[in-house]
Amino acid sequence: MSMPSVLRDVRSGVIGILPIALAAVPFGLLLGSEAVRRGLSPAEISLMSLIVFAGSAQFLTVSIWSHPAPWASLALAAFLINLRHVLMSASLSPKLKDFRKSQKVLVAFLLADEIWALNEKRAMKQPITPGFYFGAALGLYVIWLAATVAGTVLGETLPAPETIGFDFVFAALFISLVTGFAKTWRALSVVITSLVASLLFKSFFGGTGFIVAGGLAGMIAAALLPPERKVGL
Amino acid sequence: MSLDPATVMAIIAMAFATYATRISGFIIGPYLPEQGRLKQALDAVPAAVLTAVIAPTLFNSPAELCAAVVTAIAARRLPALGAIALGVGAVLLGRHFLGPW
Repeated sequence: MSMPSVLRDVRSGVIGILPIALAAVPFGLLLGSEAVRRGLSPAEISLMSLIVFAGSAQFLTVSIWSHPAPWASLALAAFLINLRHVLMSASLSPKLKDFRKSQKVLVAFLLADEIWALNEKRAMKQPITPGFYFGAALGLYVIWLAATVAGTVLGETLPAPETIGFDFVFAALFISLVTGFAKTWRALSVVITSLVASLLFKSFFGGTGFIVAGGLAGMIAAALLPPERKVGL
Repeated sequence: MSLDPATVMAIIAMAFATYATRISGFIIGPYLPEQGRLKQALDAVPAAVLTAVIAPTLFNSPAELCAAVVTAIAARRLPALGAIALGVGAVLLGRHFLGPW
C-alpha cells in the first residue's frame, strides 16, 4: 500500500468519527466533573479515560464509586456493561484481513461502541484498513481524554448534554446505522426481535444485561430464519 | 494531582475487564465458522446489538420515540450526519412540546 492511500484512509477515518467525537465532548466534560464530585482526583479520572476508554462503563462506575475503591465490584460492573464488546469484536474479527496480529491487540484496546459501529458501516461498502480504523479510533481517544480532563476543571459551570439535545446524538447515530443494515426481511426481523427482547429484559430485570440479551435474541432469530431475500426497504 | 492506591487499583482492574471483552472476539474469531447457522447469527450482530443498545432510550419519552422515527426516515434519504442533525432537532422540539409518557 502506498503512502498517500494510507493517509487518505486516515483522513476518512478522522472525518468519519469527527461529528461523533464532538458529540461526545459534553459527556466527557460531564464525566470529568461528576468524577471530581465523587471524590476522584483529576489525575485518577484521566487515567481511567486513558486506559479504560469506555464511556458507559466509566459513567456507571463513577456513579457507584466509594472510598476506598471496591476494585473487584467496580471491575465486575465494567465487565458486565462491556460484555456486548464480545459480540462486537467477534463480528468485526473476520473483517480485519488487512491487520497484523500486533495491530489487532491495539484495535481491541480502542474498540469503543462508536468505533465499532463506524467500522461495521465501512465494512458494508469497502474493506476496513488500519489507516481508517486508527484514524477514527485515535481521533475519538484524544478528544475523549481532552474532554474528561477539561471536565475536571470546568466542573459545574457546564450545560447538561440534554439541554442541547446532545444526549440523542448517540441514539441517532445508531438508528441511522440500523436503517442501513435493516434492508432485508431477515435483518428487519432481527431488529424487531432484538428491540422487543431487550425492552422485555430491561423491564423485568433492570441493569445493563438487556444489551447482550437483545443482541443474543436477534442472533438466534437470524440463525433460525431462512437465507436472505431482498425487499425494497 | 493525587493518586489513591485503591482507586488506581480499581481503574487498572476495570481496564483489564474492559480489554478482556474487547479482545475475546478476536481470539475466538479464527475458530468461528464461515457458513451455516452460527455464521448467520454472527452476521446479525451489528443490527441486533446496535438495536439493543439504544432500545430503552427510544422509549424514554414521546420526544425520543418521535425523534427516532424522524431519524430513521431521514437516514434512508440523507447521509448519517444529516439524519443525526434532524434527529437532534426533533428531540429538542419534542421535549419542548411533548410531555412525559
